[in-house]
Amino acid sequence: MSWEQIPGFLSQKDAHGETTVVVETERLVEAATYLRDEAGFDFLSDITPTDYLGWEQPRVAGYWGNRAGRDLNSPGSWGLAKQPEEKPKRFSISYHVLALREGAPRLRLQVWCDDGEPVPSVVTVWPTADWHEREAWDMMGISIDGHPNLERILMEEDWEGHPLRKDYPLGGEPVRFSGEE
Amino acid sequence: MTMAVVAEKRPAIYEGSRIPQPIPTVLLVDPKLREEGDILEVNFGPNHPSTHGVLRLVVELNGERVVGLKAVVGYLHTGFEKNMEQKSWWKAITYPERIDYLSFQINELVFVLAIEKLLEVEPPGKATWMRMLLSELSRIHSHLIWLGTSALELGAISLLWYCFRERDAVLDLFELVTGARMHTRYFQAGGLAEDIPPGFYSECRRFVDYMPARLDEYEALLSSQVIWLERTKGLGLLSAADAIALGQSGPVLRASGVDWDLRRDEPYLAYDQVDFRVPIYPNGDVYDRYKVHMDEMRESTRIVRQCLDGMPEGPWIVDDRKIVLPPRDELHTSMESLIHHFKLVTEGYRVPEGEVYVAVESARGELGCYVVSDGGPKPWRVKFRAPSFVALEATATCMSDALVADLIAIVGSLDTVMGEVDR
Repeated sequence: MSWEQIPGFLSQKDAHGETTVVVETERLVEAATYLRDEAGFDFLSDITPTDYLGWEQPRVAGYWGNRAGRDLNSPGSWGLAKQPEEKPKRFSISYHVLALREGAPRLRLQVWCDDGEPVPSVVTVWPTADWHEREAWDMMGISIDGHPNLERILMEEDWEGHPLRKDYPLGGEPVRFSGEE
Repeated sequence: MTMAVVAEKRPAIYEGSRIPQPIPTVLLVDPKLREEGDILEVNFGPNHPSTHGVLRLVVELNGERVVGLKAVVGYLHTGFEKNMEQKSWWKAITYPERIDYLSFQINELVFVLAIEKLLEVEPPGKATWMRMLLSELSRIHSHLIWLGTSALELGAISLLWYCFRERDAVLDLFELVTGARMHTRYFQAGGLAEDIPPGFYSECRRFVDYMPARLDEYEALLSSQVIWLERTKGLGLLSAADAIALGQSGPVLRASGVDWDLRRDEPYLAYDQVDFRVPIYPNGDVYDRYKVHMDEMRESTRIVRQCLDGMPEGPWIVDDRKIVLPPRDELHTSMESLIHHFKLVTEGYRVPEGEVYVAVESARGELGCYVVSDGGPKPWRVKFRAPSFVALEATATCMSDALVADLIAIVGSLDTVMGEVDR
């Protein structure tokens, strides 16, 4: 089935029995409203941001490390037989929608954005997006535009950084009183 | 059995929508009321014995009535998803079951199904049916704990011990099959870790034989209890339209009168080959959620019995040496097996590039797993659509105008596991 009629349609991909439709970020609310009202996708299952930082960097095969050595804090540090397909921007945000009717049709609506680029909020379309979008902000630092209550949800309010980003440090803790300050 | 007579004062589910505006998950105090009324702000939790984990509710009260409410979560955040990105695919399987520690087997299942979808591997029939059986046992386990703790919170202390007796019987079955009582890591990409031990069938059959009678006993204990009825009927209302808009799933959705169950409507494993009923109740209150839980345990028992009857013979895991460990005894004679074993243990198998979303019906509703692979031995991104996380979004809608004493009954009826909320 083709979804070209969705407002702001950019591309469609069918794989593993799932359909991904990429739309323009600015026209996300329009596309979401269309899906809910015209296509019957009344149920928003999930919103997932994904960070593709380091996705296209050449990796060293065979051991967990990069050319400089084993580095826990660097993204993309394991070997691949072939480089994965390039991505248009750093972050993808996937909206998994479901229609509560015969056959349970599902669709993945996807938008792409770079760091700091605003993504419109879909809370007005699906109220359940509230916490999912707060989590997207908290964990991935996606700037949701127009959310009524965009606060951190899982980390504490004064936390610095967004832990699920690929450039968020993994191992090691800053050493205090090391004599350098 | 004589039912106690209780005045039928169940109101119809409300007209229109009760979802608070503009923030769907925060109930704000009416500014006029705040000026004239005597609003008291009370902090429930995070370490309150009746909040099912570490949930904090900031409640604003006008007398006994809840007029403002905000749920604060995140106290149990452990970064499962981030951790899984650092582990090879097959090591990461240990994580999902710790996310929801009550329906652990179903959580494990959803991640394994996602890996298999990317690998395009079809597990053998025995594995599929055993997965279904253990999922249903896990559902019974989770519902029993829900029933016991919810009743405990409303004062029915003895039921907790009965529920834990049966829960222990379920855990004994898990121990028999997998060697571990919880967090079994029994499902592998491609099938099961080990064959089913011969003694399991008779033990499990014994369990499904006595379980329905036990469930009747529990229901008799509660359903003829005036206090239980008074404290559950007509409370925590959620209409069908609001439940869908708030993304509710599982027992909460079905208690609001929405006929939806992924096991029947989007069949995975072999759910299209077993016979079961999806319980629907129309009133959207705490009592109906309790009824759905009770009926689901009966249906799960029926499914387990059908799984025992229909369990196919044959291998329990696919014979694909690129993803499955070779048999132990081959390592002493075959160089090739030794190499495969070494590669799988040190590096892990590689999963083709792609993204998938797999959803199953966990004890709490739609449990989704979104996985991105870059073609390497570790997942690029794993995200769980946690039904408990979504269920807590409904707190503000369910509790508007509730009495403070009913707060615990309502939050309990949403059946949340905080490990899954905070991940």
